[in-house]
Amino acid sequence: MNPSNNQSVSLEDLVILAKNLRKTILHTIHRAQSGHPGGSFSELEILLTLYHRIMRHKPTDPSWRERDRFILSKGHASPGLYAVLAEQGYFEEKELLYFRQINSLLQGHTSTITPGVEMSAGSLGQGLSFSVGVAIAGKIDKAGYRVYVLLGDGECDEGQIWEAAMSASHYHLDNLTAIVDRNRIQNDRFTDQVMTLEPLQDKWEAFGWHVIQVDGHSIEELTTVFEEAKTIKGKPTVLIANTVKGKGVSFMENNPAFHGKAPNDEQLAQALDELST
Amino acid sequence: MVTSIATRQVYGETLVQLGKENNSIVVLGGDLNQSTGIAGFAKEFPERFYDFGAAEQNMMSVAAGLASTGKTVFASTFAVFGTSRPFDQIRVGIAQPKLNVKIVVTHSGLLTAEDGASAQSIEDLSLMCALPTFTVIVPADGPETAQAVRLAAQTPGPFYIRLSRPATPIIHADTYSFVLGQPEQLREGADVTIIASGPMVHYALVAAETLSSEGIKAGVINVATFKPIEPSVITSAAQNTNALVTVEEHYIHGGLNSIISQITAKHCPVPIEAIAVNQYAESGKADALFEKYGLSSSKIVAAAKKAIQRKTEAK
Repeated sequence: MNPSNNQSVSLEDLVILAKNLRKTILHTIHRAQSGHPGGSFSELEILLTLYHRIMRHKPTDPSWRERDRFILSKGHASPGLYAVLAEQGYFEEKELLYFRQINSLLQGHTSTITPGVEMSAGSLGQGLSFSVGVAIAGKIDKAGYRVYVLLGDGECDEGQIWEAAMSASHYHLDNLTAIVDRNRIQNDRFTDQVMTLEPLQDKWEAFGWHVIQVDGHSIEELTTVFEEAKTIKGKPTVLIANTVKGKGVSFMENNPAFHGKAPNDEQLAQALDELST
Repeated sequence: MVTSIATRQVYGETLVQLGKENNSIVVLGGDLNQSTGIAGFAKEFPERFYDFGAAEQNMMSVAAGLASTGKTVFASTFAVFGTSRPFDQIRVGIAQPKLNVKIVVTHSGLLTAEDGASAQSIEDLSLMCALPTFTVIVPADGPETAQAVRLAAQTPGPFYIRLSRPATPIIHADTYSFVLGQPEQLREGADVTIIASGPMVHYALVAAETLSSEGIKAGVINVATFKPIEPSVITSAAQNTNALVTVEEHYIHGGLNSIISQITAKHCPVPIEAIAVNQYAESGKADALFEKYGLSSSKIVAAAKKAIQRKTEAK
């Protein structure tokens, strides 16, 4: 079975899996009547590509020293990560029933109490810095692992992201790959309305990063660019993953209202219906 | 014989020793490495030293990432830049997951003197004691600093250690043995007990000597570990002398006075007088600031007499 960066699941099956995991995510958030569906949907193919195609990891041994690390900096998009971790076998799928409930393994925002979760998050802007620390440790130890960190685009409002970006290139952390989930919506509104991020590619390049634009819902494209990132030496790489917030459900797509809102019974039924066709 | 030494200097020397003994130690700095004393480690172990510039929020979250891989991380800057500025990064990133990060700060309190109010951390202990998983230590002198730093390196979990800029008097002999969480009875008393922390322990001892010359028997206790704290030495002193004075180079809320008041309120309420900072101060020589803002030995003597008077009136 693992280290599970093999290609045992076909591309067609991964596409079907993505649909099924979207249903899992919907049920998880609907049951809790709180949580963040929009970003969980926009990030899903990125997570599936990493866990199924790119990373060396062992669900049965989450603290395996040589594992590649995935760090979710936008900790509110936890239902997406939990769905993938459960599917991978880091914990039993029934844990999803207790998301956001008392005595649960699955906190509203990711916490290290959950097997497979590397960092406690929930206050935006900290994950890239944390990943710089993990990447530096890898360099000190001459370990072969790679570090992947997923940032929200709204999260890039945080000044700390740019402190971290500066330090990652200063220390030539080519074992670090960041992904910006560029879904163009943050908590209140569209990112362009809240705070201008563009030209985002120029910003990262000016901070010394290798930048790749990618369709964040194409597992094929994502696989190619993650492999490209491994070949870039002397500097870190960032993927600007162009995604759709709420991807897969018509009334959630590009709708800021579903950044952090649970579907009601009717909406759940309609969404499940759409994902079944 | 050396009679005084800066605790930050002792910290730097201790780190170099620890670096030789333990190769999991990684040290982070923020463009103040000569001042904080960690430049020696940087020179000796360049592959385990990282400078993050004037970006303390980044430094604290990087520390968390390094610790998550099994490293023992020391992160050092001035007290104000190591607490209030990156507090959220410390809270969510280090305290909540209980990571093995040692935040050792220098230039704390009014002893930072001429740099003025922005540089004088008088809130840092309130902040750090508010983090449930942190161990908080304020060493009284060089020897205690060496032992506290060594103990922090050997003990898993987050630590905060508060050091000072100027050379301060050495109180402890080389044979002294620091016990985490245990207040230290430095001088026995009968009439009043002065409970002090950090560089203020020296001022408490001077005040006790003055009181002695006036026939008042004042005990002195050094509280180096603010959290966790074993209460028995404090409750015994309260029961034996029935009057206390707390002395700290920190704002009155959330520091030593708050901790001692919590202990005595629960176990043995007695009159307590406080010597502490009550407002933001200003630039000036440390002695002048201590005089103006009420931290001098003569103020401690007056507070001790007031505590004794209050217990007499209460009888």
